[in-house]
Amino acid sequence: MIDQTIVDLSRLQFAATAMYHFIFVPLTLGLSFMMAIMESVYVMTGRPIWRQMTLFWGTLFGINFAMGVATGIVMEFQFGMNWAYYSHYVGDVFGAPLAIEGLMAFFLEATFVGLFFFGWDRLSKVGHLTVTWLVALGANFSALWILIANGWMQNPVGSRFNPDTMRMEITDFIAVIFNPVAQAKFVHTVSAGYVTGAVFVLGISALFLLQGRHRELARRSMVVAASFGLASALSVVVLGDESGYVATEHQKMKIAAMEAMYHTEPAPAGLTLFAIPNADGEPSFEVRLPWVLGLITTRSLDMELPGITELVEHAATRIQNGLVAYQALADIRANPDDQTARTVFEETSQDLGYALLLKRYREDVENATGEEIALAAFDTVPDVWPLFWSFRIMVAIGLFYIGFFALWFWKASRHRLEDNRAMLWTAVATLPLPWVAVEVGWIVAEYGRQPWVVEGVLPTFYAASDLRFWDLVISLSFFMIVYTVLLGIMAWLMVRVVRAGPSDKPVFAIDDEPAIIPAPAPPPAAPRTPTPEFAK
Amino acid sequence: MTALPLDYEILRLIWWALLGILLIGFAIMGGMDLGVGTLLPAVARNDEERRVLLNLVGPTWEGNQVWLVLGGGAIFAAWPPLYAVSFSGFYIAMIAILLALILRPVGFKFRGKVDDPRWRSAWDWGLFVGGFVPALVFGVAVGNVLLGAPFGLDPVLRPSYAGNFFGLLTPFAILTGLVSVAMLVMQGAVVIASRTEGALAKRARIYGRWAALATIGLFALAGLVVVFWLDGYRVVSVQDALGPSNPLGKTVMIERGAWAANYGAHPWMMIAPALGLAGAWLAYTFLGLKAGARAIIASSTAIFGIVATAGLSLFPFLLPSSLDPSASLTVWDASSSQLTLFIMLGATIVFLPIILLYTAWVFRVMRGPVTTASIGRNPNAY
Repeated sequence: MIDQTIVDLSRLQFAATAMYHFIFVPLTLGLSFMMAIMESVYVMTGRPIWRQMTLFWGTLFGINFAMGVATGIVMEFQFGMNWAYYSHYVGDVFGAPLAIEGLMAFFLEATFVGLFFFGWDRLSKVGHLTVTWLVALGANFSALWILIANGWMQNPVGSRFNPDTMRMEITDFIAVIFNPVAQAKFVHTVSAGYVTGAVFVLGISALFLLQGRHRELARRSMVVAASFGLASALSVVVLGDESGYVATEHQKMKIAAMEAMYHTEPAPAGLTLFAIPNADGEPSFEVRLPWVLGLITTRSLDMELPGITELVEHAATRIQNGLVAYQALADIRANPDDQTARTVFEETSQDLGYALLLKRYREDVENATGEEIALAAFDTVPDVWPLFWSFRIMVAIGLFYIGFFALWFWKASRHRLEDNRAMLWTAVATLPLPWVAVEVGWIVAEYGRQPWVVEGVLPTFYAASDLRFWDLVISLSFFMIVYTVLLGIMAWLMVRVVRAGPSDKPVFAIDDEPAIIPAPAPPPAAPRTPTPEFAK
Repeated sequence: MTALPLDYEILRLIWWALLGILLIGFAIMGGMDLGVGTLLPAVARNDEERRVLLNLVGPTWEGNQVWLVLGGGAIFAAWPPLYAVSFSGFYIAMIAILLALILRPVGFKFRGKVDDPRWRSAWDWGLFVGGFVPALVFGVAVGNVLLGAPFGLDPVLRPSYAGNFFGLLTPFAILTGLVSVAMLVMQGAVVIASRTEGALAKRARIYGRWAALATIGLFALAGLVVVFWLDGYRVVSVQDALGPSNPLGKTVMIERGAWAANYGAHPWMMIAPALGLAGAWLAYTFLGLKAGARAIIASSTAIFGIVATAGLSLFPFLLPSSLDPSASLTVWDASSSQLTLFIMLGATIVFLPIILLYTAWVFRVMRGPVTTASIGRNPNAY
């Protein structure tokens, strides 16, 4: 039997390291694009302020990027380290997009990010601009392939189980790439990254305006952030990844759990705005918007969304069917030439994963009792209330940002960025919100996928490595200590950089500050307010 | 399934070679940065000199490390059982490597941000650990692959592991760990020697020559141990090179000196250890002649030869099991499916040449000596 403590600690470690990693990823996605836009304006207009902007935001980008790289390599290695059976079971499918990510995207991003910082005085203007765009492109391609891999875990298309190798294997790679869940996730996730980048730039620029510093830089940055942010905020909500949720059974389970929808409702289902659970965990008080849920998830008026109870009943029949597959697989393993067993297996193998849910209750699952099957079927329900609230927090923040950026876009187009201090303060105060949204978003996506690590194929508890308790205690505490210390240092350095502000001159003796490189003519820079840090 | 233009045996061989190329790529490219990190406290004696070294590798180290990321990705995609068994079996060793590697990006980026000697000295040690620990542990890991790892596979191919971290630290594994450190220090030193000036370059030449001699001595010693003393592994049943990947379908015997058998059967393979020794000797000579660029080529050749020697000695094994030798992972029974290998080969054929081209271009843009003066001109310097 699998040791549940090892599984829980492994899950905790993966969740924690992934959530730390995703503090840095969205900012990389968003900032790299905005830097590329700013530098494009510089190259097109030749105005040095735009280069100064690229350099200033680039300094913050660099600090963030270092943390992204540091925490990213851990993600790649952890599949094998903590999820060895997962790696064996689905590596044939899941490994391919990860490897292609390295080949096509991360190599590009990591090779050119060095030139972004060190190439200013060695490349032509257009040459350096190309480098900046390649960094942004690499970051976004990287997200594409990672989300193709992740999308396959949510909706495992284009593959089948091979009884001779005891694992899932690719049958149709094109289907894996164009997996609708993966595509919806990609658009949704990179858009969330762009929103994060826009909020970051807008918030810090608002702070500069409140302090009356670097106004030329801040105002231009805000114009870029407001337009980029508005488009991204619309995209992240309108193209939310619920659109992929009808694709599979467990995605339907996820949406039923997110909505605390215990019973099937007539189409189109209503959206629950707010609910209070009763003693059984079912909603007892609800505020609902009719029709909305059915419309946003199914994009139709007549498609029915099943409730949790109905989905559990269906899971029980799939477990029964999975047991047939399990028995056929055992026969094939005992005698690879057993053609009857192979025929039976072909017909039932799509439910093999459901039989594995029983491994939590007994090793010899073929002898499972009706009660154990009922328990395993109920295991397919993720924790309703954490998902219910995570989803609502995410959506509320998403909607807030549509209004927020619409307002800023309107102010920017009327050249009245500085006349409302309350709005500037709001921009500063709400700076952490995108991170809240992206983290609860991952909770919805991944915690909502439980009990599966690959939906319908492999239960999470069955995928863990054979590790010892102390292995995990050591690794988990090391990661948490090191990550937290580094996160603190990173935040402190970013505050220092923001305090020092953009400048034409070196600020530290050893300088990573954006200085204006010897230019043919002194830049016709707008008047800049000196600050104490600046004078130092 | 539709027939693929390359048969399974050929694809497995290609992916075995590609895995070697990626790991050699990391040892050569990432090895420069690990070596420079290891040499940082010894070769660079003050802040200015240390900044020269950091700015020497600063623009390119991130790209170089992707060879490791890609190596990990290729093991995952092309050799899933190997990825599953080795990464989970060597768990604490992997954690040590990861924690060391975590210190590098932040070390490079954060060190120069604050002008305080204690701050900088702390990151210097962080960068030293970030270079030395991976260099050592990767070598220890290779030694343990040659020794065989205590893992088993149950009937559903779930790996289990009977060893622990301290079990990895056998005398032979420490010897291979030292080969790795010596070889990567040599690689770091030749880069410093060819791209810096004055006292730094001089010290790098001295350390580099010692490292080259140590590489020769330790590598030769490890070779003697492998040939005359170490137990190797041999597949004694017939393996179907076209069959499905099932590591439980063969018989393996343990035999003293078996790792030398491939060289007897295929004498051309002796080229690999010969390149290892000759490359290190040439690196020693060229460093003496202050021929920096040629020393880099010689040292890289040595790394190629040494890593290839390990791979060729093991062939067809990827990871032998000391606990249950017949569950060892080999090229013929631990690969991905034929279709996955084919798709991945397609992606590699398209992207690897592009990667080599732009990497070469970036190194070309960043060429030339790094000095205090040249850093002074760069606003983004570390």
